[in-house]
Amino acid sequence: MSNKNALLIINDLHAKIGDKTILKGVSLEINPGSVHALMGRNGSGKSTLSYTIMGHPKYEVSQGDIKFEGNSLLNLSPDERAKLGIALSFQYPVAIPGVTVLNFLKTSLKAVLKRDIPIKELRPMLKAKMQELEIKDEFLSRYVNDGFSGGEKKKLEILHLSLLKPKLAILDETDSGLDIDALKVVANGITSLNKEGTAILLITHYQRILNYVTPQFVHIFESGEITNTGNHELAFKLEEFGYEYFAKANPVASTNSTKEVNYVS
Amino acid sequence: MSAEISTMDNLNQIGTDYKYGFSDVENYIFKSGRGLTPEIVTKISNMKNEPQWMLEFRLKALALFYKKPMPTWGNTKLLNDIDFANIFYYIKPSEKQGTNWSDVPEGIKNTFDRLGIPEAERKFLAGVTAQYESEVVYHSIREDLEKLGVIFTDMDSGLREHEDLVRKYFATIIPANDNKFASLNSAVWSGGSFVYVPPGVKVDIPLQAYFRINAENMGQFERTLIIADEGSFVHYIEGCTAPVYSSDSLHSAVVELIALPGSHIRYTTIQNWSKNVYNLVTKRAYAYENAKVEWVDGNLGSKLTMKYPAIYLMGENARGEVLSIAFAGDDQHQDAGAKMVHVASNTSSIVVSKSISKNGGRTSYRGLVKVYEDAKNVKSSVKCDALLLDDISRSDTYPTMEINDQDVNIEHEATVSKVGEEQLFYLMSRGLTADEATAMIVNGFFEPFTKELPLEYAVELNRLIKLEMEGSVG
Repeated sequence: MSNKNALLIINDLHAKIGDKTILKGVSLEINPGSVHALMGRNGSGKSTLSYTIMGHPKYEVSQGDIKFEGNSLLNLSPDERAKLGIALSFQYPVAIPGVTVLNFLKTSLKAVLKRDIPIKELRPMLKAKMQELEIKDEFLSRYVNDGFSGGEKKKLEILHLSLLKPKLAILDETDSGLDIDALKVVANGITSLNKEGTAILLITHYQRILNYVTPQFVHIFESGEITNTGNHELAFKLEEFGYEYFAKANPVASTNSTKEVNYVS
Repeated sequence: MSAEISTMDNLNQIGTDYKYGFSDVENYIFKSGRGLTPEIVTKISNMKNEPQWMLEFRLKALALFYKKPMPTWGNTKLLNDIDFANIFYYIKPSEKQGTNWSDVPEGIKNTFDRLGIPEAERKFLAGVTAQYESEVVYHSIREDLEKLGVIFTDMDSGLREHEDLVRKYFATIIPANDNKFASLNSAVWSGGSFVYVPPGVKVDIPLQAYFRINAENMGQFERTLIIADEGSFVHYIEGCTAPVYSSDSLHSAVVELIALPGSHIRYTTIQNWSKNVYNLVTKRAYAYENAKVEWVDGNLGSKLTMKYPAIYLMGENARGEVLSIAFAGDDQHQDAGAKMVHVASNTSSIVVSKSISKNGGRTSYRGLVKVYEDAKNVKSSVKCDALLLDDISRSDTYPTMEINDQDVNIEHEATVSKVGEEQLFYLMSRGLTADEATAMIVNGFFEPFTKELPLEYAVELNRLIKLEMEGSVG
């Protein structure tokens, strides 16, 4: 039985790119304000899951459903999903030469919040968030992700999401390519986002970021499926035993059954 | 920064059509018959009370026009479709020229109001000429500039009032035998701007000319001559629009710039003709020592544009820049480019050309860099970027280099790219619709051009791009 209060319900999701099936029956429920970590190896299909939730046109859903606040997302374009309150922080944010960060943020906010925020109001909002994320003021007049370092890209993603205040933030390998200082800053950004009520789906293959962002649930992802679900402990076990150990659903390794997860959340 | 903000504000408040496509009822003082004869040329010259030498110049040019072949490059099919016998070569819309908008006939004044010219003039221009069909119907210049000796008037008045200056420079940069369309312009020219800036005078805000075609099958042949005397500066801007008709009109201008030593001329064009206008224009500048000439050239409209602004670097340390954008939608071909001719040593040139094609539109970059035999220490950089919005559009690059000296540094770079699915998805995932996302990518692509425009024009350009992008995706 699905939880009626769940924000996101993914049910038996199969998705393919071309003829290649990548997601092979993913089921996942996320409640408002909760923090989920989805851990898996490179190539396990984690990014496909995030793209599919956001509606990337390359991925075709062949079976199952994704429901957000009770309504299927499958026929909605990415911008319509964004307007419902879903946001994706990209593993590889895309450069948009000639478009300034400020212009991008302002246009995006206007589209999503359906309100044009005057610059006088936007400035102080930005300033506070940028200080938190240790972003310099001149950042706003640079072109979006054009010539950015890995850390700068990820900081822009978190800055953007913290302005959008989505109901659900999917963070696709936000920790990759970050040094330890940047990681802490970005993780703090994620935590404050969560404190303001955003549910987090944190996709990663390292435990590292979970030292700073505490998940209530950890899912292990392997070959297009969730093979194990547990609490934060599971991430530590994963660190200790490695992905190979969890390659097949392992009842011993699993600390919680899916059913209990639903109950707990 | 606030500039970009207001740009985006504007981008979001837009209708969906070529908004300059309206036309006025014709109520003219004189309209020539269709077609071109020596009688019409003589009539034009007589109506203007021109000196004999100009009439002779015109008639010689007409003979050249008859004799010269069509260009065998560019879009020869469209060129050969031009029916010269079907065109009206001269239309005089009103009896006299206004220096006050209230002196301009009501209907024509309303048209320029709709085009926003008087408003722009009040806000940020140092002078305006407004040409309607063949004649300039309004002109103004800020009093303080006039007192400094700056001349900004229509070409006809320039000839009447400053004959010596005109005779000295007219057709010296682009002679009547330069090409078929320069010959045509030389024979039937009317209107255009005459600008002279005295030594050391810097005209701090732009002068603008606006060209409007109203009648169907109209031929507009304005002639512009700008002379920047030593150490002076001027920024001249031109805009152009026309009604939408089912049959073609022809716009064929000649523009000559003379940048005397140490002067600086910037010439900005935002060409937005309707898609039934042939735009075949010859533009050329001479830059003498330590002078700088910039062509900032935006081509959005027209059926076929063939235009290659040229700079001859005549004196040491002269600099030339062409920064151009071209946008081609369905049934449009923008064949544009630049010519840089390094005559003297220690000269440098930069060409940045950006083009976008969509819905089967076609853009071509056609350029020449030429270095004379004795020109030493020459630098030239050419960069052409083309962006294709779909699989049915086309972009070509035709660069030519004629280098006759070893002591040169030439860079040429050309790229063709497509609007990426990943860029679109990224922007859409942040709430922008497909059209908004495309407009943002395109605006970004054109940004190196847009940022060189006065703010008001940048806003207008982005607005036009947004319009063009509607319905372009999906």
